[in-house]
Amino acid sequence: MSEIEQGSVAGRSVTVIRASKGWASLNLRELWEFRELLFFFTWRDIKVRYKQTVLGASWAILQPFFTMVIFSLIFGRLAKMPSDGIPYPIFSYAALVPWTFFSNGLSKASNSLVGGSNLLKKVYFPRMALPISAVLGGVVDFVLAFFVLILMMLYYETIPTINVLWLPLLLALAFITCLGVSFWFAAMNVQFRDVRYVVPFFIQAWMFATPVVYPASLIKSEFWQMVYALNPMVGVIEGFRWALLGTKTAPGPMIIVSSVVAVTLLVTGAFYFRRMEKTFADVV
Amino acid sequence: MSNVVVKAEDVSKKFHIGKLQKQSTTTLGERIAETVKSPARRAVQLMKGHATGAADLDEIFWALQGVNFEIKQGELTGIIGRNGAGKSTLLKILSRITEPTEGSVTIHGRVGSLLEVGTGFHQELTGRENIFLNGAILGMTRNDISRSFDEIVSFSEVEKFLDTPVKHYSSGMTLRLAFAVAAHLEPEVLIVDEVLAVGDAKFQRKCINKMEEVGGEGRTVLFVSHNMAAVTRMCKRVIMLDGGKVAGDGPAHKIVASYMSTGMGTTAERVWEDPDDAPRSDAVILNAVRVRNPKGEIAEASNISDDVGVEIEFKVSKPGYVLQPHIVLLSDEGVKLFTSVDVDPEWRNRPRPVGRYVTKAWIPGNLLTEGMCIVSVAIWALEPSRILQCFTREAVAFQVIDSMDGTNSARGDWAGDFDGLIRPLLKWETEFDEGA
Repeated sequence: MSEIEQGSVAGRSVTVIRASKGWASLNLRELWEFRELLFFFTWRDIKVRYKQTVLGASWAILQPFFTMVIFSLIFGRLAKMPSDGIPYPIFSYAALVPWTFFSNGLSKASNSLVGGSNLLKKVYFPRMALPISAVLGGVVDFVLAFFVLILMMLYYETIPTINVLWLPLLLALAFITCLGVSFWFAAMNVQFRDVRYVVPFFIQAWMFATPVVYPASLIKSEFWQMVYALNPMVGVIEGFRWALLGTKTAPGPMIIVSSVVAVTLLVTGAFYFRRMEKTFADVV
Repeated sequence: MSNVVVKAEDVSKKFHIGKLQKQSTTTLGERIAETVKSPARRAVQLMKGHATGAADLDEIFWALQGVNFEIKQGELTGIIGRNGAGKSTLLKILSRITEPTEGSVTIHGRVGSLLEVGTGFHQELTGRENIFLNGAILGMTRNDISRSFDEIVSFSEVEKFLDTPVKHYSSGMTLRLAFAVAAHLEPEVLIVDEVLAVGDAKFQRKCINKMEEVGGEGRTVLFVSHNMAAVTRMCKRVIMLDGGKVAGDGPAHKIVASYMSTGMGTTAERVWEDPDDAPRSDAVILNAVRVRNPKGEIAEASNISDDVGVEIEFKVSKPGYVLQPHIVLLSDEGVKLFTSVDVDPEWRNRPRPVGRYVTKAWIPGNLLTEGMCIVSVAIWALEPSRILQCFTREAVAFQVIDSMDGTNSARGDWAGDFDGLIRPLLKWETEFDEGA
């Protein structure tokens, strides 16, 4: 927002509002001060998400589950897609759980500013709170869908490796990627409503650029694998399969490449967002 | 104390607004070229951060220009101005929603702004949940909210429906709940927009009282409103904006009076230039309705102790009618205060000759209460038969203001709530026996 200098004179905060020039600082301190608002936005998103639906929160499970069923029939049965020696249903479901988290988060967060235009025009708060909470709200869905993944692992008698301990970090990687792209899209969406039409197509294309329906091991050359890992979701999904299902691919270097890209996306996205932020209320 | 709490220095705000499309292209080739070029051009404009619009985007509009003022701690300041004067833009800058193009504002202390009641209410959530959500949006912490939760609930009078989704609330209930949350915000500087324009009169009064209470606690309140009565009563000082500039800054009653007299956005006069649009019959055409003060000026606001003249100008185009003008006064809540008919003996039973008539009805001072009065006008024919000739609902409106500077008002020195639909100044007598 504006260039705010907050200091303290005689115990009271002083706010200076003036035009900001060029790139604004990220002002993470302020975001931290508004953490409760972030919490309430997230809580609202979760509360409202499945209101007035018959099946309620089961949708969090049904969405990835039925996608898995369809993928298993088409890619597993018909196309005989290789799956690193793992039963295709669990192979694809292990990818769909983080992927659904990512894609739902991205589409919600991209529209979060436009959808919250009334708030933008009437109240001041760090604008980043809207996309962040939109992505955070998906964590609950993720947990529900993950529970089904555990049931499936029991059914297929898959024993997870010790590497499951890496899962929280892999989820964080998915979160960072999602948030980084969301910052870009959400801010652009305020100015160019075209983004709304681009996002669904973009997500679909991205899914096929990510080893959701096929294994990353289809790419043989090590060099091309690294290029492939420039897509941060590659690291996330390969990591999930490696940690849970014990696939052979050692995704270490891939995850490093993916993480670097994800963090770059997040930082550049955050700066771009902050730069555009000052015009949000006027343009939205 | 004379601490300056809010200081605006040379605040300006520029908007880019779309202007009309250039001359439409003629040939198909040009049109195709235009279709190809225009998205690119628009993208460039958007990248520069200019507002979106269907047309070209290089018209500049200054919503605010070089606005300067200082507000001291504990001051209750009103901001007035007609639509488009820059009030909302100024509020948005003060509450950090948008930033100024030039200049700066310095604010000492925590700012709470209330530009709209119920911002961020979610229809699917219950009243209880919305109290927390809305509180957080307005900048309260969870502890703040929990602490004043009971107070908020009792202020809002929705105890019974606390666990019902807000979508089942009436609009009045939603509003009360929303204001209740906002009223328990405890910032050092409170910025309030037209919140009072909505809701019933009882609730408006409650809001005004709450804001006066806030002002009384040494906090600073900035209040933007069209309600001149509320502004005059609450604020000692008023800043008037016109065309994005400060057009007046000083004691409330002076600034409000000058706002009224410059005819800015007057509701005190209604003229029908085109006889076809005017309320009319074959015989009678209504030309104008005006509100005048005792000096004969058109006046949108009148002091409570002054007489108010309602003037009806009409033309009679057919002879032989006995006519009777009526006025009906309504309060801003739509309550009919009274009806009055022209009983002037000169015209009472006399068929009117063709010509133009200007009739005035004088409403005595110290009869109406503070606030808005709305006047409906009708002209009835009594002879040859009893037929309504013309009628216009809510033709004009005026504000009755008690500036409380003199002694000639029913309030005396009482500054608080003052109930009642009328406010006559009565003669009071006391008999006193010392020591009895």
